[in-house]
Amino acid sequence: MTGAAARPPRAAAPYEVDLALRVNGITRRLRVDTRVTLLDALRDVLGMTGTKKGCDQGACGACTVLLDGRRVVSCLVLAAACEGRDVTTIEGLAHDDGTPHPVQQAFIRHDGFQCGYCTPGQIMSAVSLLAEGRGGSDAEIREFMSGNLCRCGAYPNIVAAIREVAKAGDDDAGV
Amino acid sequence: MMRAFEYVRATDTARAVEMVTADPNTSYLAGGTTQLDLMKDGVLAPERLVDITHLPLRGVTGGRGALRVGALTTMEELAADTTVVERIPFVRDALLLGASTQLRNMATIAGNLLQRTRCRYFRDPAVAACNKRERGSGCAAMTGTARMHAILGTSPHCIALHASDVAVPLVALDAILRVQGRDGARGVPLTRFYLTPGDTPDVENLLRHGELITAVEIPLPALGTRSGYLKVRDRVSYEFALTSAAAALLIEDGIIVEARVGLGGVGTVPWRAREAEEILIGAPATMEVFRQSAERALEGARTISGTAFKVELAKRTLVRILRTVSGVVA
Repeated sequence: MTGAAARPPRAAAPYEVDLALRVNGITRRLRVDTRVTLLDALRDVLGMTGTKKGCDQGACGACTVLLDGRRVVSCLVLAAACEGRDVTTIEGLAHDDGTPHPVQQAFIRHDGFQCGYCTPGQIMSAVSLLAEGRGGSDAEIREFMSGNLCRCGAYPNIVAAIREVAKAGDDDAGV
Repeated sequence: MMRAFEYVRATDTARAVEMVTADPNTSYLAGGTTQLDLMKDGVLAPERLVDITHLPLRGVTGGRGALRVGALTTMEELAADTTVVERIPFVRDALLLGASTQLRNMATIAGNLLQRTRCRYFRDPAVAACNKRERGSGCAAMTGTARMHAILGTSPHCIALHASDVAVPLVALDAILRVQGRDGARGVPLTRFYLTPGDTPDVENLLRHGELITAVEIPLPALGTRSGYLKVRDRVSYEFALTSAAAALLIEDGIIVEARVGLGGVGTVPWRAREAEEILIGAPATMEVFRQSAERALEGARTISGTAFKVELAKRTLVRILRTVSGVVA
């Protein structure tokens, strides 16, 4: 061990903040610049790159995660504001044995993607939509998925995937 | 890249108000959907953010004569409120037709009312001419491409649109803002809160620096009142209004007894169409009356080439929602 290890931790500078948040059920402690968004903290600090950065201005939905159980765009949330909060990302959806979440399985069955870049956001949004009880019709699914853009145009298959899970009323379709 | 800033989490409302009031470079942070977006764009550059999301200003109470909506209540939460759904469904409709579910889970009602314009020239610091960003610098929208801009309440110095949907039914209902300042609290009617640009487009409302909206009070219309909100846009979802109209009507024996009308997508401020209401109140609920009211509502419109289409579109939007709400056929 070097001497450095014995030193007390450096105090946070005015533009840094120490925080603890739960990501997919696991408490993570980090020190970040106050400017760091939840999106960048997930990707660049915690190395969880499943959540995608698209527009970085709240317009495309690629960075959708669940914050305390509700879908949000993580590019417009400061990591500093997430102290003590629960974050669920695409990495946290599969069952403990590795079986993909029913919505993930439906996206695969219906080919609900082409390039795949918007897919984690689409799936997080879809899981949330089902929890909100908004999968009643194709029109309702389209309306309440409109915050997730897909430049490849996989929309018909995305709607089909969500419709299937909604119709099945799968008890496992939650988080 | 955003300018470095200090982050403070407020645990006490009075303390938060004190902190922001004392420093012109300190701002509140609530839902963040406008604040962080404009900080990334370099339009806003506070040195300190006071996060107010943990203050006890969330939730909807009341329900007889008026609703009291805590300032931090999210758009999704307000849209799901039982009294809103039953008594003022056009508020619910306006909320759910705005933004996306993700943004509605983040954005607070007070933040929605304080949202900044979507004028692309305002939001792009590379454009020098913007009287709203810097008084006296000019207005690029006047001579540039302008489609999503205002035609009512404009001035030669600014045609930036107020893009809130929910503010439209709320001005129609005479909502009142509860505002906390360092030296006390006050109530401000929403219809007087917003300021048309005039010579000072940078001054958008009556809030003084540091004053905090703590609640929005929404008076409920008489039982039997029917309401609706129609939003016309370039795509069917997740888009700002080209034009919109909010109407609440109480009709007895074919005569309009009460009428409240607001227009969106057309005003530099959320637009209360009192001239339209004057035509409607006491008149029979007919298409002819609806058309007259729409003509009056748009009489003061001033357009540039890119916004000329909005006059007729706004009239038709208003006539259509009046027809839908009243149930008048043909």
